[in-house]
Amino acid sequence: MIEIRFHGRGGQGAVTSAELTALAAIEQGKYAQAFPSFGPERRGAPVMAFVRVSDEPIRTREKIYEPNIVVVLDPTLLEIVNVAAGLKKDGIVVLNTTKTAKEIRKVSGINAKLALVDASRIAIETMGIPITNTTLLGAMLKATDLLPLTALEGPLQERFGRVAAKNIKAFQRAYEETVVEE
Amino acid sequence: MAKRVGIEVSLAISEAVKLANVDVIAAYPITPQTHIVEHLSELVADGHLDAEFIPVESEHSAMSTCCGSSASGARTYTATCSQGQALMLEICYIAPALRLPIVMTVANRSLSGPISIWNDHSDMMMSRDTGWIQTVAENGQEAFDLTLHAFRVAEDPRVLLPTIVNVDGFTLTHVIEPIEILDQKEVDRYLPPYQPQMRLDPTNPVSIGPVGMPEVYTEAKKAQDEAIKGAKQVILEAWQEFGDMFGRYYKPVETYRTDGAETLLVTMGSLSETAMIAVDQMRTDGKNVGLVRLRLFRPFPFEEFLAAVRGVKQIAVMDRALGLNGAGGPLATEVKAALYDEPERPYIWNYVAGLAGRDVTIENFVEMADGVEAAAADGVRQGYTIINVRE
Amino acid sequence: MAKETGIVSWKDLALGCSIVKPGSSAELKTGDWRSQRPVTDYEKCVQCGQCYIFCPDMVFTQNELGFYQPNMFYCKGCGICARECPADAISMVEESE
Repeated sequence: MIEIRFHGRGGQGAVTSAELTALAAIEQGKYAQAFPSFGPERRGAPVMAFVRVSDEPIRTREKIYEPNIVVVLDPTLLEIVNVAAGLKKDGIVVLNTTKTAKEIRKVSGINAKLALVDASRIAIETMGIPITNTTLLGAMLKATDLLPLTALEGPLQERFGRVAAKNIKAFQRAYEETVVEE
Repeated sequence: MAKRVGIEVSLAISEAVKLANVDVIAAYPITPQTHIVEHLSELVADGHLDAEFIPVESEHSAMSTCCGSSASGARTYTATCSQGQALMLEICYIAPALRLPIVMTVANRSLSGPISIWNDHSDMMMSRDTGWIQTVAENGQEAFDLTLHAFRVAEDPRVLLPTIVNVDGFTLTHVIEPIEILDQKEVDRYLPPYQPQMRLDPTNPVSIGPVGMPEVYTEAKKAQDEAIKGAKQVILEAWQEFGDMFGRYYKPVETYRTDGAETLLVTMGSLSETAMIAVDQMRTDGKNVGLVRLRLFRPFPFEEFLAAVRGVKQIAVMDRALGLNGAGGPLATEVKAALYDEPERPYIWNYVAGLAGRDVTIENFVEMADGVEAAAADGVRQGYTIINVRE
Repeated sequence: MAKETGIVSWKDLALGCSIVKPGSSAELKTGDWRSQRPVTDYEKCVQCGQCYIFCPDMVFTQNELGFYQPNMFYCKGCGICARECPADAISMVEESE
């Protein structure tokens, strides 16, 4: 079972990222669970969303304490949230950033494998808005073998309708531009 | 053909209500029930469901409207939780007394104060003696299936009682997971159109809800008591038939690895599956621990429960509500009462856990099983512990 | 529910304690609640119908001569008709008299 934690700010689409990942996994015949950090919705506040993906039915309803993958939608969160908390030993942190791996490690103290992408720029250039959730899904798929690239196209199409094409483009560009640093 | 889809559990419940082809929905939004009625109002507004959606001004009005609607012979649905259910509670007593087969989802949530919107079973316990049939879902699939089952049971001419499907708020309602959604033909085969036995009809007038003088009140309550006791047989039949049609069989009391168990955990709701993982771990470690889950809460399945726990040495009952009466949680009190007449009674320790969304982990369930064994060995007087409380 | 009709086994109660016979409240005799009865002096009566209007139990009906007469099966003897009568034509008389 793979456990994923998304960090974002309320309104940035962390919950949507989690949902789309689970929907894609379920469409692939896998089992998945997606849930937000339960509570009132607070735009701008640091929020989390969670996904479990497994080949077996998922029974646990625990919160996710030791994720395999952490995805950070907003670069400013690194300074206020310990995003790598509980990360498994061979885990990976997928970051929206303009910084280098070296700089990130210095600022945050994260030792784990990193996947870096300037998701904000890709989002602005392809969609005209700095909403990075779908972009970072591309980065996540590049950095892990969670799901094939094509698995997310259906859920993205269904969720975003007439703006789906732009989201899919941002998603694909992020897949291409993401740099993985051991 | 049924279709396996990834869907939020709230939306799956709405889809079940739509497939049940309800006539009237009267509801007031409250977290974490909101997504259910929000989606239903969309389905009605978009013409996918031919029903009256009545956006009332409070939960008291919601249940009052449901009573009127059900009394007129319409298939009627609502959903609420917590403070909302507290506000409608006055009318919640009336619906079963008038034998109105309303179906309600309760997205289980704690009761204030302190103000809290998170999941526990306080609301389920608040309404335990209102006379509603109550089932409890463990996952999204069950939330869907039990909703259809609820209409089938409630409207059976041998029952005619309102039915609550308890679904853990957030922990279930806000989770996306794979659920098999039945198609309309399949649902129609399972759930026939509602045939009211008595309804408000100008051509055949009746008075529903008159005063009951002392000369008649006792008899009216006796009739209601017999009705809810008699409902169990229909509940079992409806589950059997559901299983025969769709392959998913449900029982009022479910057991997991109880063969040869000396210690049992007793749970209700979505954390039961987490408890199963704990049981698997403990079995691997050579501990004789099993799990008993209540799927039917009202009427309380005494016979099945006693059969499930017979012969064990000790039971750890997990309550997700605090009774605030000095006796721990309400479920443990009921379990103890159920066992009182047994010649051989197991030792019981009560664990109050998961209040207002506080996580209950696999380790917590291990702690409960170990705890009840240690307490029994020490011969400590039967009592209760609040899990995870910071001292 | 009328107490005269309420004495039944729980098995014989209608579903939800409903009343399935329309208008069954007409069978409830309230006349024996009465200790005084209204008596109309038809010499004074002006047939204004105030007694008919004010009576809370609607016991008055107009006869062919235009006078209002109470149905004593239902009249509880409350005296409202006597108080409201503008012609002072109604007086309350002890039942024992």
